[in-house]
Amino acid sequence: MAFPVIKGTAYALIYTPSLLVHMGTTQTVERMSNPNSEYLKQVPNHLRSYEECVNYAPNQVFIGNQRPDLLRTMPMPWWQHPMTNASRDGKYGEIMPEDEFIGMIKIVDSFDLVLLEESFHAEISTKLALHPLMNEGDLKRLGKPTPAAEVAKQINEFHAEPLMLGDRVAGCVKRAHESDVSLTAHIMTENLVAKASGTLAFKNLIAKTGLDVRDVDYILECSEEACGDMNQRGGGNFAKSIGEMVGAVNATGADMRGFCAGPAHTMVAAAALVQAGVYKNVVVVAGGATAKLGMNGRDHVKKDMPLLEDTLGAFAFHIGENDGVNPVIRTDIVGRHVIGSGSAPQAVMQALVLDPLVRAGLTIPEIEMYAAELQNPDVTVPAGAGDVPLANYKMIAALAVMKKMLERNDVATFGDKHGMPGFAPTQGHIPSGVPFLGHARDMMLEGNLKNAMIIGKGSLFLARLTNLFDGVSFVIEANNGKVDSNKGIDKAEVRGMIAEAMREFANSLSK
Amino acid sequence: MDLENQARIKKFAEELGAENLVVILGGAEAEAAGLAAETVSAGDPTFAGPLAGVSLGLAVYHVVEDEIKSECDAAVYEEQIGMMEMVLDVDAIKAEVSSIRKQYSKF
Repeated sequence: MAFPVIKGTAYALIYTPSLLVHMGTTQTVERMSNPNSEYLKQVPNHLRSYEECVNYAPNQVFIGNQRPDLLRTMPMPWWQHPMTNASRDGKYGEIMPEDEFIGMIKIVDSFDLVLLEESFHAEISTKLALHPLMNEGDLKRLGKPTPAAEVAKQINEFHAEPLMLGDRVAGCVKRAHESDVSLTAHIMTENLVAKASGTLAFKNLIAKTGLDVRDVDYILECSEEACGDMNQRGGGNFAKSIGEMVGAVNATGADMRGFCAGPAHTMVAAAALVQAGVYKNVVVVAGGATAKLGMNGRDHVKKDMPLLEDTLGAFAFHIGENDGVNPVIRTDIVGRHVIGSGSAPQAVMQALVLDPLVRAGLTIPEIEMYAAELQNPDVTVPAGAGDVPLANYKMIAALAVMKKMLERNDVATFGDKHGMPGFAPTQGHIPSGVPFLGHARDMMLEGNLKNAMIIGKGSLFLARLTNLFDGVSFVIEANNGKVDSNKGIDKAEVRGMIAEAMREFANSLSK
Repeated sequence: MDLENQARIKKFAEELGAENLVVILGGAEAEAAGLAAETVSAGDPTFAGPLAGVSLGLAVYHVVEDEIKSECDAAVYEEQIGMMEMVLDVDAIKAEVSSIRKQYSKF
């Protein structure tokens, strides 16, 4: 089979402490129920600086300047051990500061909903002009500045969502309709942030991999937001709106959702579309979620540590036809948690890990690396949620023991050999296995990795429509260099097969 | 423990009687399981939910504790819990939840 390949990957992080304060649900819910709470007073004292965010080792891993293995060599908590050789720019993308990102929210605004205050507008226009990925069209979209008084009026009288930089009002996002609850200023801000961060990842994909954006046929977007109006609340479509921003003029697209399993579902769909020949080049893209900023903030304040969930995550992947070089997506080894699978952890792991491998004649230890939920344990352990990747490795190992594929003594060390420490921001869909794709691709191209399984898991019950759990997995593999034509079997082969069948038939008659 | 679950447990206790209710936990961490056990016995220690200041005193166990395991069909238990038994810090969970139960459970 001519399996599709991963031609390129890009990742972006955006440092957004002010969005954390004003848009993160932990903070907004607290502000509604208890506006004078001690927690809200403490939050500003626990915010990191942009430099601290850049120097944070897991972030350097996320944008590709370090391999995940680096984190094994560093004592935890990692936030206490800043890197000295860190950079904003990474092999796969970048870490953008909040002021530039507010500029980007304006750049991707197609309906004049975003107003930038005069002095901020002047500053950011100068700053973004120096950004290597911002072109003339982008800068033009920064539009005209708005007097501070008008911004204040929109916020105070017309329910606009302020865009803050610390205590400074940098601008605002207006509501898109007077009475439509799907187009409030808050929801428009969430959606514009998802669009802007997805655009940033896509821009990095083009810049870092040399992709000619005019070659992109289709875009699949897999974030966790919903855009639409009151008549179709999740109508869409982020994919095409992002594609428009990066000049993907020959592409259309659609959004796919599945909570944290969304990206894995989307990668399988993208691979299938390419393998079937429907499209030659598909880009899978996702922006970040403001709601999850500072999600575990209460525990972090309690433990007197910084609010590490101050970064939005975003990614973009290019899936294309087999070129004999890039790692292939083994569309014949896909795991899925089906409706009848059951929701016990054992049933989930069996459906996602064991079943697809057994179908392909493989054992669990034959997969060199597993990437499941790559949540950063620096964030989750102090919040009492444990080390999520480590728990996954233990579960995979325990399943292997039960199936007699692994010795019981090897359960504790399975993760050291077949896994990696978590390094992704806790943005739901962002950590779901795919942050490893960039590293895996490079390791395979370098000849240092044979295969890997990417696992996405999703908690569907959060939408209160079903109690079901969900998950999808797929295997990627180093390219063996052989590219099958995939054009089916030729006429001579068919003639040979018919002749052989007739011979067998004749023999059966003569017996 | 999330607020929705606190409300459901409170409602069950009112409808069925606290003495007729046993809460079985499945949390993966000793600390989190202990907090959940405390919530349904002594009351919500975070004072955020419907069980804040409400001491139901419910009997509470973690599914890996022997009292629950011995009640289950061995084959079913192995199929549903066997893998997680290998993964979780069972001793820490048992110690934490049983200690909370001894302090606060009235039934």
